Amino acid sequence: MKAVGQPLPHESARGHVTGEALYTDDLLRRFPGILHAWPVMAPHAHAAVVSVDASTALRIRGVATTLTAADISSGAEGDTGPNRHDEPLFPSEVLFHSQPVAWVLAETLDLARQGAERVVVSYLPLPAVLTIEDAIATGSFHSPPFHLQRGDAASALAHSPHRLQGELRIGGQEHFYLETQCAIAWLDETSGVALHSSTQHPSETQEIVSRVLGRPRHTITVECLRMGGAFGGKETQANTWAAIAALGAVKTGRPVRVRLPRRLDMVLTGKRHPFLARFEAGFDDDGVLQAVRASLYADGGWSLDLSEPILWRAMFHSDNCYFVPGMDLTGYVAKTHKTSQTAFRGFGGPQGMVMIEDILDRVARTLDLPPEIVRRRNFYQEGHSTHYGQPVKDAGRITTIWDELLGTSSFAERRLAIADFNAAHRNRKRGIAITPVKFGISFTATAFNQAGALVLIYRDGSVQVNHGGTEMGQGLNTKILQIAAQSLGLPLTAIRLMPTRTDKVPNTSATAASSGSDLNGAAVVDACDKLRATLLPPAAALLECAAEAVRFENGQVFADGTDRSIEFVKVIEAAYRQRLPLFAHGYYRTPEIHYDPATGQGRPFYYFAYGAAVAEVELDGFTGDTRLLRVDILEDVGDSLSPIVDLGQIEGGFVQGAGWLTLEELLWDKQGKLATNSASTYKLPSWPELPPDFRVHLLERAADPSVVYGSKAVGEPPLMLAISVREAIREAVAAFGSGGIIEIDTPSTPERVFFAIERARPRRLSVAPPKAEAAQR
Amino acid sequence: MDFVLNARIVSVPDLPQSTLLDWLRQEGLTGAKEGCAEGECGACTVLLRKDHPTGSQYVPVNSCLLFLPMLAGQEVYTVESLAENGRLSDAQQAMAKAGGSQCGYCTPGFVMSLFAEQYRPGRTGPCNPHAMTGNLCRCTGYRPIRDAALSLGPAPDGPFLERLKQPAPAMAGFACGGFERPASLPDYFQIISREPDTQAIAGATDLAVEANLRDRRWPLLVSLEALPELRVFEDTPDHVEIGAGLTLTEIENRWASAPPVVRDWFELFASPLIRNRATLGGNLATASPIGDAAPLLLALDARLKIAGVHGERWVGLDKFFSGYRKTVLAAGELITSIVVPKPFPEQARFFKIAKRRMDDISTVAACFALDLGISGRITRAAIAYGGVAATPVRVRIAEEFLLGKRWNEETMQEAQERIAAQLEPLSDHRGSAAYRLAMTQTLLEKFFVEQEDGVAV
Repeated sequence: MKAVGQPLPHESARGHVTGEALYTDDLLRRFPGILHAWPVMAPHAHAAVVSVDASTALRIRGVATTLTAADISSGAEGDTGPNRHDEPLFPSEVLFHSQPVAWVLAETLDLARQGAERVVVSYLPLPAVLTIEDAIATGSFHSPPFHLQRGDAASALAHSPHRLQGELRIGGQEHFYLETQCAIAWLDETSGVALHSSTQHPSETQEIVSRVLGRPRHTITVECLRMGGAFGGKETQANTWAAIAALGAVKTGRPVRVRLPRRLDMVLTGKRHPFLARFEAGFDDDGVLQAVRASLYADGGWSLDLSEPILWRAMFHSDNCYFVPGMDLTGYVAKTHKTSQTAFRGFGGPQGMVMIEDILDRVARTLDLPPEIVRRRNFYQEGHSTHYGQPVKDAGRITTIWDELLGTSSFAERRLAIADFNAAHRNRKRGIAITPVKFGISFTATAFNQAGALVLIYRDGSVQVNHGGTEMGQGLNTKILQIAAQSLGLPLTAIRLMPTRTDKVPNTSATAASSGSDLNGAAVVDACDKLRATLLPPAAALLECAAEAVRFENGQVFADGTDRSIEFVKVIEAAYRQRLPLFAHGYYRTPEIHYDPATGQGRPFYYFAYGAAVAEVELDGFTGDTRLLRVDILEDVGDSLSPIVDLGQIEGGFVQGAGWLTLEELLWDKQGKLATNSASTYKLPSWPELPPDFRVHLLERAADPSVVYGSKAVGEPPLMLAISVREAIREAVAAFGSGGIIEIDTPSTPERVFFAIERARPRRLSVAPPKAEAAQR
Repeated sequence: MDFVLNARIVSVPDLPQSTLLDWLRQEGLTGAKEGCAEGECGACTVLLRKDHPTGSQYVPVNSCLLFLPMLAGQEVYTVESLAENGRLSDAQQAMAKAGGSQCGYCTPGFVMSLFAEQYRPGRTGPCNPHAMTGNLCRCTGYRPIRDAALSLGPAPDGPFLERLKQPAPAMAGFACGGFERPASLPDYFQIISREPDTQAIAGATDLAVEANLRDRRWPLLVSLEALPELRVFEDTPDHVEIGAGLTLTEIENRWASAPPVVRDWFELFASPLIRNRATLGGNLATASPIGDAAPLLLALDARLKIAGVHGERWVGLDKFFSGYRKTVLAAGELITSIVVPKPFPEQARFFKIAKRRMDDISTVAACFALDLGISGRITRAAIAYGGVAATPVRVRIAEEFLLGKRWNEETMQEAQERIAAQLEPLSDHRGSAAYRLAMTQTLLEKFFVEQEDGVAV
């Protein structure tokens, strides 16, 4: 039986349901004498730090020490910025509300918090930039603007039969991984610094710890057991907490735990970037786009973090599945006094796609055409290239998926039924929409597209697999287990996946960009290929057959064409006695990719993941309440490595995307303090957001032979399928009115939907128009 | 103090204001996780064994919202206890098999809620997935978890089922440093006369959040859980009397003849995990302008029975709230019961506007109640809101206008105008003033339209 492609539950499912699966903070009891950390947080969004007197904290019994700028040794650098070094651990200028300026370590968390309250900091408040509009007005940007062009958009716009222009505000999103940020650091038995860290990028955590301690990386070992969710939020933003823990462990000689309770995690860590898009589009009488000219403003927050590649990805996805002859995109990373916005599933792609889908709906309503007709007319065809010069590989799949999903979802019949429903209901309206996804797979930073693995076979035939990827719930280790079992011809039980450690595979990339199984899976295959090659001669000798006839399957080694077979462990023992190495490293780098960051031209992506979704919603005209009635999805995952895992990524990504677009709202108050800073004020999708009728299918005959076992990446693309929900809501809002463009910012909360309906259908009711919102985005 | 943990008696030092969750994790029982520390995510769910007419039942609760001494003499089960001799319980097996876990962090909490649902006395048919609406998952999108629930049949024989034939442990008086649980109202008054600085505590779903998120501590918490005077429930031809110490779930289970407006309201009130602990008295006494009980009970003309050292008194709920988070309760006074007079209104609806339909805090809550006389003219009208003023309010000026009128579109619109003229809601992160003001009006129209047609159109 093939291990790859089997529908297996998560490799740790048993541990999950029994509570035996351990997360970083569950290890606390294993570290007697551990100290707990609490930050001293600035009560301003922007201020100069005039003085810090931490000595007062030490008067509390149980406070062990404090950490301030004085604790950075000479030769070390107290900064955790992953690219630009712009994230001082102990800042002289506060750049966002609640920014830590010092830390207190104590015997208990409560004592650390009490100690932090005693630290005396004097600030000189400065004016704060809190919105993208403020940043534009004051010229507050992290980087010069990015440009991406194809053709002569200005001329194409001028010559288009129709033109429109508009503006769209796209809200951010809190990751709300259920496990908040956590790291434990201690001095190991050989004076090295060891860490357990809930990080998507152990190698970078190691790098940052090394930088902050001023010690070479070989003295630092970072382990990530598993994460309780990450979604991009632990790609760079796990590093700071690990650095503080390590600094404290070195200073005190005791283990140190830094865990952010939810209320701190919400106010201290970055989120999905809020965007402002200003756009013009030119199109013909059929709704075929001639040109799009747009400015994309990403709210980067206080430090640069990953905002540049995120903005690039937004610009790379501003075409989604559509061929636009004239493209002229300018991107800006606004510098504001807010949390430093960071990677989040889709990495800018979703914001770019929301804009182009918004434009296409406006085009359709301008021409009074069904949006699904206009969208289809604009699809890429085989032979087309993107606006950044990359041929659209398998472009025909866009139309294939679209047409198949239109059929299986009974789109046309349901459209008619909805029209009947809407005619019969004055205060409730339904809407249906179909939207496509094309998502580029690879890190746009080409160097990151490499991975390593280390596979060890022991003399009893049991195997340990190490690789550079991290498990955050996405099922990477389930897939790796299946890949290793398949490659070595072993039962799943013979293989043990090891926690990710920097001393097993060095210089790894973040587990991000949907690339975890593509990269690490291929590296594991490479290691297993080497081991099989090593084992062939002894196996052939034992089986008395040619090396080409040797086949490894389910713990046995067969001589093809004969009835002879032998246990795997016998081959291993023979290999050992012949003094053959029973471990191998594996390595993979993605071929063929390149791009020029100066022009944005090239082939940044190895391939594209495709999919489409149909969503049907019902709106309550009295309240703006939205109900998701039914969702149909067709997703291209190639040959699925692990169907339950892939289905889970599609459904989970979709619901997370629907949350971002309809429910989850980040609001900051006038002081720059996050107003939605807890689970009671920031709402995740819950049971009512699960569509009662949810039909997900994988595209058949979709193998991509250039990817590991014919699979395709699935982590991020499904999130953007949720744009169908937003478009269905616009369709339903339109049904309240009598034509015209439907403008609605995201998230389309009941309040925004209500006022969109009011704009579409002015009613006799004396409802005051919305005043300026007290809270800001 | 002693309590039963996973079928064994444990003794613990007195840690009055440590939560059960923190204590469990310190003891190495790390299956329960902290996801939010305010009872929103359910990752810390554990089971209590509580009374039920047929013996006892497993009641899932947030362990982050229980102070440890509240467990004195009680019985608690954590996820570590469910598998017997390495054999997974049905709920665990179903969640694992269905792909119900991805990152796994929320999973023990879901398992506990689902386990309690499978063992719910009198349950027939598949498990109700809505039993898990107090648990949040960020990974799966819930579909496999729903399927896991729907796949479960009757609870299997075994120690967990056997135990439900026994009565639950009694809630007895208890005292330790910083915490007392008197067994009668006179005992309660004795404590508060003796101790100058006490804080009454019932379900703790609000106070424990104050402790966890705002670092509040109290010199002496006095639990109301063992006061029999607060646990009455009486359904008579004239009225329904509800003990202030009953949890929302207990009220729902006991009030078999509750009118539809009350049934609808139960489901919209917080989550099952919160309803299993939160009391009606607590929801009113905190006097939050966005508490969900007040608009309903205001519209039903509820009265409160209040006890103090010097005796009892009655206060109409409409006279109870004196300002933002303030009530007319004098120091040491307690609500002992809530009395809802009969007959109930002929027509009544409760509406809750929130970003999320379930387990969210109201942006606006509204309850409307009407009686139409034989003449077709309005003989009783109540219009009550939460979330639009410093306290929950009734809009008397609109109610008085309605009396004697025919309930038609014109009347409704004139009432809307009176409501809009009367209310001045604020803007915050839950909604703008404009939206709130609009909702106060459109909800009345929704009430009118959906009543008139019998169905929503």
